[in-house]
Amino acid sequence: MALADVPLARFLAEPVVPYEADEVTRLILDGHDEAAFAPIASLTIGELRNWLLAAEPAALAAVRAGITPEMVAGVSKIMRLQDLVAVAAKCRVVTRFRDTIGLPGRLSVRLQPNHPTDDAQGIAASVLDGLLLGAGDAVIGINPATDSLESTHRLLTMLDAVRERYAIPTQTCVLAHVTTTLRCIERGAPVDLVFQSIGGTEAANRSFGVDLALLAEAHAAARSLGRGENLMYFETGQGSALSAEAHHGVDQQTIEARAYAVARAFSPLLVNSVVGFIGPEYLHDGKQITRAGLEDHFCGKLLGLPMGVDVCYTNHAEADQDDMDALLTLLGVAGVTFVMGVPGADDVMLSYQSTSFHDALYLRGALGLRPAPEFEAWLERMGIGAASERLPAALSPALIGLG
Amino acid sequence: MAGVPMSWRDLRRFTPARVALGRAGNGLPTAAHLQFQAAHAAARDAVHARLDVPALQAALRALGHDPLFVRSACPDRRTYLLRPDLGRRLAEPDRAALRSVAPPDLALVICDGLSATAIDRHAAPLVAALDLPDAPIVIAEQGRVALGDDIGEALGAEAVAVLIGERPGLSAPDSLGVYLTWQPRRGRTDAERNCISNIRPEGLPIAQAAAKLRWLLGAMRLLRCTGVALKDEQPLPAPRTPLRLGEQP
Repeated sequence: MALADVPLARFLAEPVVPYEADEVTRLILDGHDEAAFAPIASLTIGELRNWLLAAEPAALAAVRAGITPEMVAGVSKIMRLQDLVAVAAKCRVVTRFRDTIGLPGRLSVRLQPNHPTDDAQGIAASVLDGLLLGAGDAVIGINPATDSLESTHRLLTMLDAVRERYAIPTQTCVLAHVTTTLRCIERGAPVDLVFQSIGGTEAANRSFGVDLALLAEAHAAARSLGRGENLMYFETGQGSALSAEAHHGVDQQTIEARAYAVARAFSPLLVNSVVGFIGPEYLHDGKQITRAGLEDHFCGKLLGLPMGVDVCYTNHAEADQDDMDALLTLLGVAGVTFVMGVPGADDVMLSYQSTSFHDALYLRGALGLRPAPEFEAWLERMGIGAASERLPAALSPALIGLG
Repeated sequence: MAGVPMSWRDLRRFTPARVALGRAGNGLPTAAHLQFQAAHAAARDAVHARLDVPALQAALRALGHDPLFVRSACPDRRTYLLRPDLGRRLAEPDRAALRSVAPPDLALVICDGLSATAIDRHAAPLVAALDLPDAPIVIAEQGRVALGDDIGEALGAEAVAVLIGERPGLSAPDSLGVYLTWQPRRGRTDAERNCISNIRPEGLPIAQAAAKLRWLLGAMRLLRCTGVALKDEQPLPAPRTPLRLGEQP
């Protein structure tokens, strides 16, 4: 039977990963909402494609709790790039912390100020560079070079101080392992968002050192701080389960969509598919990275997630800046919630190429998109935007320890 | 510099990141754009460089070691890039060589990974700084991190430290990583390892990396595990630039 002819109901009756063996399957099936599923319950995968292309935004939002990751992944496989763009563009997902992410006509940027040795001044310099180029409204988020408790606590304190000195309406994050962040919360560190990499099977999550109970514990700990509404930041990427041999024979894109079921159980502020980071054994070249990035964005949005994409590639993949420009532009048209902002597109800690602050400015300019409203007002107040060598007085580097 | 207003371009002295590149409209100025393209070409070359095994063997012998040599199940670079499963597995004919060694407490595996350049430059100096005369050393070609599990299991080692070339970045084609695994067995996951990353003179210097690994080895022997259960809680080394922001935890 061709995929297009498979009835959606069959995905509920025959889980791709056994219910008994996998808590992610149990999460998906136990949380399935029959009433929300009703409008599409009689459709096949092929008919679902037609339904999605014709649906109004309100109908797409209403069906979220009734559609499973496997159905979404299935239909994405028979969609062209333009289908993936068109349907995602109709999905609205809005989240809040200190600013509002995902409003129509807006494009947010994660400011990613990584440094090879987590040097405080080096990080501060990249943060200021990004702010001056309009980045940082999704989050200012560091990937730490080492996952140590002392270092994570120090970076959290440092980022919180930068945010306060400049009074930036945004949130900060150190992308350490969730157990490290939990220890930091216990020690009284200023934690805005709790980060974790997640996968689409119980075994994949175990390879990341987490399970659903641990994520729930972290979510509760973040809630206890009372700092914001949506508190989690998750990253995913096709191929992670396969690389951990935790995929149960299921294709990497379906497993990726199942990771979004894990994410949506915790009402995250941001979810990011780090699409080109995994390497050429999973996504070989620019064409595959492009397809995967649009699939992930579509699947995440249809499942109701604030979906961003790290438009990126490694130096052992067959890809270059032209491929990134094409994917970035397609994602902009598809209404991507946020993209990364890395100084000059070169992450000097993780050693890969992502999108730059300039790339985000290009996309906003080309498509008439604006930053999150609270952040946009802050940019105006600070006098940021002119292409001038002179720094605005309110953004004195001395305020954040530079000078 | 105190009292002198800084310009945007002054940010460059604080970080190797590509900050203060200027703007041409919303895009990069031409010089910065072309420098990026050239750096990408250089990084692509590093990915395909071949490990100089005889030179590494000679350097290790000069340090008093007698390194073994094995290959992964990948016959060539292209297979290595496309088949990580084969890069985690020993070439069967090479397995026998490992049985000649008495089961050690700790084995060192030196592996080209994605940057033979990193191994060529930094592996022998790191081994010298570690000063572990009793640890057998295995040089492995076309290997992934988890090849250390297969090698460690074949040796019957209690722990394995894999020194491996990290994926070249635009600004760092020679970054070395170390992955420490307690009771290496095939099928171990990355959550069961501890990692020290970005070892190179401009990143984490050799001496500091060696000190960090020695600390981890001590903690590992105490707790009899590696991975997320073994947190790096050693006091921070003195920062390279003074901290003036926020409180020290």
